[in-house]
Amino acid sequence: MSKQYKLVRCTINGKQVEKMIDVRASLTDMLRDDYRLTSIKKGCEVGECGACNVLVNGECFNSCIYLAVWADGKEILTLEGLAGPNGEISDIQQAFIDEAAVQCGFCTPGFIMSAAEILESGKEYSDDEIRKLMSGHLCRCTGYENIFRAVKKTMLRRLGKNAEADAV
Amino acid sequence: MYDIKALYEAESVAHAVQLLLEHPQAQIIAGGSDVLVQIREGKRAGKELVSIYGLDELRGVSFEEDGAIRIGSLTSFSHITRDPIIQAHINVLGQAVDQVGGPQIRNIGTIGGNTCNGVTSADSASTLFAWDAIVEITGPEGVRRIPIQDFYIKAGQVDLRPGELQTAILIPKASYEGYEGHYIKYAMRNAMDIATTGCSVNVKLSADKTTMEDVRIAYGVAGPVPMRSATAEARAKGKPTTQSEIRAFAQTVLEDINPRDSWRAAKDFRQHIAVALAQRALTESIRLAGGVIHE
Repeated sequence: MSKQYKLVRCTINGKQVEKMIDVRASLTDMLRDDYRLTSIKKGCEVGECGACNVLVNGECFNSCIYLAVWADGKEILTLEGLAGPNGEISDIQQAFIDEAAVQCGFCTPGFIMSAAEILESGKEYSDDEIRKLMSGHLCRCTGYENIFRAVKKTMLRRLGKNAEADAV
Repeated sequence: MYDIKALYEAESVAHAVQLLLEHPQAQIIAGGSDVLVQIREGKRAGKELVSIYGLDELRGVSFEEDGAIRIGSLTSFSHITRDPIIQAHINVLGQAVDQVGGPQIRNIGTIGGNTCNGVTSADSASTLFAWDAIVEITGPEGVRRIPIQDFYIKAGQVDLRPGELQTAILIPKASYEGYEGHYIKYAMRNAMDIATTGCSVNVKLSADKTTMEDVRIAYGVAGPVPMRSATAEARAKGKPTTQSEIRAFAQTVLEDINPRDSWRAAKDFRQHIAVALAQRALTESIRLAGGVIHE
């Protein structure tokens, strides 16, 4: 079968883009190979580890099991899109550094994008709820506690509860 | 890159039927969390795909004219859990599908895909069995509706004929009105795991809340396809809400279920937890229905 392509128009990190994409490509393939967004990691490639997690229209998806052609007309946010206008890192990224929630770093972008969805909701979640919302990721280094703390602290700080955040 | 021979994207249900007839070898792909993984494993590599993921007309929960709850086949698990109609009338379904995989899987996975995959462990399936769900199938001859028990033919095979796709799942008013239910998934971890056994129970109590007017129970992974335990249901119907009746009901499920030994769990263990889950799920269902359990 000759190669089959489709024009995929979408918004990636706030910028409207379009490219002819091989229909066999996953969204991971498209973001990494066509747009050079390498925060999206190829981990298990079967939707289990969460290293390729991105937001599509505000919801988390494992981009490895999402066909690139389905991104047509959608808004995609990757870790690169969290940066400030001068390339500053976001509060949640700084919290991951401060809490030593990063070791090898391979799972980190995926985790941070799940955290981004949690933080964007503006809600205050219980510890159990945070654990459940972050449960679609595997980290083989940190043991999760530092990651959990980074997310909880950032959530509390965004809600103006700095004293509670410091006590976490 | 996936090993896909060709991809055909449906623009409407009628177009999907046409594409399926034009490409009889093609596999339907909805959210893809099963199909794409199977392609990756090599099981479905090199096949043609008909994608129905773009059909927004198959998304969402609504009421039919006769009061039945209509769940579009492409509605994702997370949207089912958050839906106000589901929460008000059949909250147990939202709770059951909230235990599928992890958050990202619940955003891509669809209830139609979960049932069309034909596996016994599907978290939605036992609850749909327990609520007498009706499956709506659209094909070249139009629309047909069949009970979910008839939809499952054998492990991995459902009643979809050439050119057909599942378009909705319906919960009839008579099935949900006055019932409360509870689902328990027994698995080795709390996320990203497949049920060792899943049990969904619902109950309708008498007006004075002391008698079980109707009880329905269904299992996943208690046989090759999801199944009901008719003997246990008959045993409990019309009985008082007492500890001893609940225990007797739970023991009776062993007359109907047929779990197997697998690398996930032994048959004996599955039988043991099937009884324990039946007891706990019925107890919780009675509590949700406003009943009190007497000694």
